[in-house]
Amino acid sequence: MGEVREVDAAEITRVVRDLCMQINYTVPQDMVDAVRRAREKEESPVGRQILDLLIRNQELAAEGEYPYCQDTGSTVVFIDVGQDVHVTGTDLEDAIDEGVRQGYKDAYLRASIVGDPVFERKNTGDNTPAFIHTRIVPGDQIRIQVDAKGGGSENKGRHAMLKPSDGIEGVESFVLRVVAEAGPDACPPGIIGVGVGGNFEFCAMLAKRSLMRKVGQPNPDPRIAELEADLFEKCNALGIGPQSLGGTQTVLAVHVEMMATHIASLPVAVNIECHAHRTGTKVI
Amino acid sequence: MPVEILEDGRKRIRAPLSDDDVQQLEAGDVVLVSGVIYAARDAAHKRLLEMLDAGEELPFDPAGQIVYYVGPTPERPGNVIGSAGPTTASRMDRYTPRMLELGLKGIIGKGGRGPAVRDALKERTAVYMAALGGGGALAALQIRSQEVIAFVELGPEAIREMEVEDLPVWVVNDCQGRDFYTQAVAPWRRDDLLPEEFRLGAGG
Repeated sequence: MGEVREVDAAEITRVVRDLCMQINYTVPQDMVDAVRRAREKEESPVGRQILDLLIRNQELAAEGEYPYCQDTGSTVVFIDVGQDVHVTGTDLEDAIDEGVRQGYKDAYLRASIVGDPVFERKNTGDNTPAFIHTRIVPGDQIRIQVDAKGGGSENKGRHAMLKPSDGIEGVESFVLRVVAEAGPDACPPGIIGVGVGGNFEFCAMLAKRSLMRKVGQPNPDPRIAELEADLFEKCNALGIGPQSLGGTQTVLAVHVEMMATHIASLPVAVNIECHAHRTGTKVI
Repeated sequence: MPVEILEDGRKRIRAPLSDDDVQQLEAGDVVLVSGVIYAARDAAHKRLLEMLDAGEELPFDPAGQIVYYVGPTPERPGNVIGSAGPTTASRMDRYTPRMLELGLKGIIGKGGRGPAVRDALKERTAVYMAALGGGGALAALQIRSQEVIAFVELGPEAIREMEVEDLPVWVVNDCQGRDFYTQAVAPWRRDDLLPEEFRLGAGG
């Protein structure tokens, strides 16, 4: 057992604020590289033009005047808190929301959250609350990853409880159907996050967490990596292409995460991330 | 002139548009939009239709005009607007036929439209165009002015009158019922690599 380390909640606020401000303007290098790779490989002339525009959009956003996309997202925060850390000051979740509030205001980002889904749908005005996923992990550090998740691609995600007899073919068929039906609406090319296994809610989390990997980094399990490569080829064979104007580059990567599941179940979830992939990580 | 054909084949349009103007725009055309357009998305459309139901006058007359589905980021001091790319059009599908009944001639968004909207575009001689989805920073550079004209309390979803200069878009659904997404994707589908249910039999 290590000694308890105290971390002021104000520091968490500062980190979340800085990440929100940074990621909406500066696309992470792995995403920049992925779009450039797609530009090299794209066979459709129109597709290449679109990818050139996306590269220009990245460069323009990085100058700091205009966010990469006007949908500056819901703010998804993954926070891994070391079990030897004691957070002082305010509540952890309040500290995170305060960081979102400050970051979205100070960086001129759009407030895109409504307070309830079906009654008033009144904009909360500061992009709070964040969607926070907390884990207690060994150690005395706090790891914070922030993702600004666009609504258009999020809306095209799907979840299914398949039968175990559907097998890996059933999983592939489901993923392809989701990508095909998303078509132009999810702003291709993007990253396809797939969760397989777990239970109803863990499966969706697997899909979301898979998007937080470096773009195109294969799953360490070679069987899963093979499935990723196969799905990558098949998704691109759909021909949707950049902006669904036809082409060979429909997806930049397919990430699959798996976990144990019930003897009766084969849950599958697909969470799509558009080319506006905005994420960043900091360790306190 | 509402529709100008440029040397490279692109077309420049400027509202108000007539039926004749719309008929010159075909699925797949690259179009540069200039002049005044109206920004409105989900919440604004809901309000507009509620106003129609209540017999109230709308904050702008859609006849001949172009609506842009956009909710921009707040502008930095000294800038006209923030990032301002298109939002997903299909969410407006249930409002669109009534907007077309009022004479709306052009719509800019991103993504596909449902069959009811495609039929209504044909019936009412109107056109749906897609801007670069996720290209919000680039789109901002084509906007010369903006003014909130209604529903300021909706923040990013308020209705804005915008003046744009050469905002690039693609004609997706023209007034003859064509769908450019369907046309564009088919030649690139690799039937040989896909399970049967995804094959189009279109070659490529």
